[in-house]
Amino acid sequence: MSHPTKASEFLQDAAKAKWHDETLWFVRDKRDNISKTIPEWEELRELASQIKDNVLANLETYLVEFEKNAKANNIHVHWAKNAEEHNQIVLGILQNHQCKAIVKSKSILTEECHLNPFLENNGIEVVDTDLGERIVQFLNQPPSHIVLPAIHLKKRDISELFHEKLQTEKGNEDPTYLTHAARIHLREKFLGAKVAITGVNFGVAETGEFVVCTNEGNADMGVHLADVHIACMGIEKIIPRRKDLGIFLRLLARSATGQPITNYNSHFRSPAPGKEIHIVLVDNGRTEQLGREKFKNSLKCIRCGACMNTCPIYRRSGGYSYGSVVPGPIGSILSPGLDVKKYSTLPFASTLCGSCTDVCPVKINIHEQLYEWRQEITKAQGTNTKSISMKIANGIFAVPFAYKITGAMMRGALKILPDSITYSGLNIWGKQRDLPETPKETFKDWYKKNRK
Amino acid sequence: MSSREHILAKIKAIPKEASPLPEIPSFESPLGHKAAFILSIQANKGEVITESELKDFIAINRFEKILNLTKGMESLSTQPLPSDAHELNELEVAIIQGQFGVAENGAIWLTDENMGLRVLPFITEHLVIVLNEKSLVSNMHEAYNKIGIQHSGFGLFIAGPSKTADIEQSLVIGAHGAKSLRVVLTNL
Ligand code: SF4
Repeated sequence: MSHPTKASEFLQDAAKAKWHDETLWFVRDKRDNISKTIPEWEELRELASQIKDNVLANLETYLVEFEKNAKANNIHVHWAKNAEEHNQIVLGILQNHQCKAIVKSKSILTEECHLNPFLENNGIEVVDTDLGERIVQFLNQPPSHIVLPAIHLKKRDISELFHEKLQTEKGNEDPTYLTHAARIHLREKFLGAKVAITGVNFGVAETGEFVVCTNEGNADMGVHLADVHIACMGIEKIIPRRKDLGIFLRLLARSATGQPITNYNSHFRSPAPGKEIHIVLVDNGRTEQLGREKFKNSLKCIRCGACMNTCPIYRRSGGYSYGSVVPGPIGSILSPGLDVKKYSTLPFASTLCGSCTDVCPVKINIHEQLYEWRQEITKAQGTNTKSISMKIANGIFAVPFAYKITGAMMRGALKILPDSITYSGLNIWGKQRDLPETPKETFKDWYKKNRK
Repeated sequence: MSSREHILAKIKAIPKEASPLPEIPSFESPLGHKAAFILSIQANKGEVITESELKDFIAINRFEKILNLTKGMESLSTQPLPSDAHELNELEVAIIQGQFGVAENGAIWLTDENMGLRVLPFITEHLVIVLNEKSLVSNMHEAYNKIGIQHSGFGLFIAGPSKTADIEQSLVIGAHGAKSLRVVLTNL
């Protein structure tokens, strides 16, 4: 898997790439605007970061407390060391209930565990119910963004897809029309499902409850109509106290999409009469990451996606170029922890501009960790680290594979990069490349001339 | 060793530095809660209306499937709460009582006792929440202080109608859940 190769594929369609870049920037802009309306914004980030630090320092205590309280609330708690065990547990529950079709709301963890293909191989129909996820599922694609799963697609693509799958009118690209077609299609699925699967945004140790946030209401439509709710939760999703939710819910949606809160924030504490709730607590590499002093902070992530929206590389290379379940800056520090060889190019898919770190609501030092991974990877590849860091300090990238990335990406990116980035002193790539010829006259001159 | 023991032992074996759990200030805003709340609901694509506007809304649209769980307005109700949640699929209007609202984001707190069936506020075509304006709080910190140790099997902060922007970032109201949210502010 190579980020540069995939990125240049993405950049083939220049118009779409430009749209992608601008749209995500617009989301980033909304995040900026709304954060400025909260005078205590920076204080909230600091508190969120401290709470998560406390969680990582006391993880086993909080997990045990969470389990105890959840069990007291009649919730079944399962533990899974890895993806296979997680998938087996889910399958076991489905088999116990003779369930052949499930609805599932957005869960990055189940993507990470490749639950869908596993269940499908075992004869179970899985329907992703988040609109964006349903769209990519129809296409047999993974989500390209953790909050905006279908951001790489245009409405024309979706219109064609829905015409084929949902028999919508040919050529009707109206988002309202298409969304309502999906509403009717998914309503039927909600009404028919016996088991619903969701992810978890926060698990509260103090109460044993867990919180799921959506705007569509799809998680709730699924679980409240089904008899059994399975919630899949990474062990790092724990927070100590109920009141900590006040901090995280203020930060999450504002960071993610620039809205003050998601429209539905559901607190599951015990099953409704006659129903069942299961929680699967999943490690799958998290304890290893916790043991890496330099990288353990990546576990503080609340999956808001802000680092993706702001990243000049993500915006111009698309989620698929990363080849990992979580793309973008945070994905580039999480994925090498899972498989350093497979994801060796990801920490280099960054300008190290630090914008990700600036927007991160839990203050993860993302760009510093990217830099750390580069050193680890280079070390692993047997290159002399000292000379590399010196070259990086000098603004010259001589690492062979980093060079490859930048070259391939820049060839496409130059078509759409604004001058301020291409020509900024920060851009260490441009120095290695021939830049396109600059226009003979400046825009200002041209404007003056043509206005008359 | 079970997976549980395995995971916990692995975490335990990692050397960790102590990191204190911070106290959370209240960050209360001195601004009037009511005006801020109304603006927040509107920004979330909901509406704040009066009781008589609610009656007009029902009359004009000739809704016939209405379920009211609030005290007062009983006359609007056309059906009781069914025993099976699936029977709510055709419901046009649900009217429920909210416990309190949050000025900074328009979120309204509901628990099992307000919803009857947990799916009610999601499955209904139009949702109406009756809320006492004296119950408004400034922000989410105050909200969780107010919730305190309250024990409900299911709690929900609802801030607007069901929405999505998954198709080219165009906002569409009415993805899976309620296509509209109306809040009736009372002052009792
Ligand atoms: S790393 Fe920070 S900014 Fe990126 S998704 Fe996680 S919480 Fe959001």
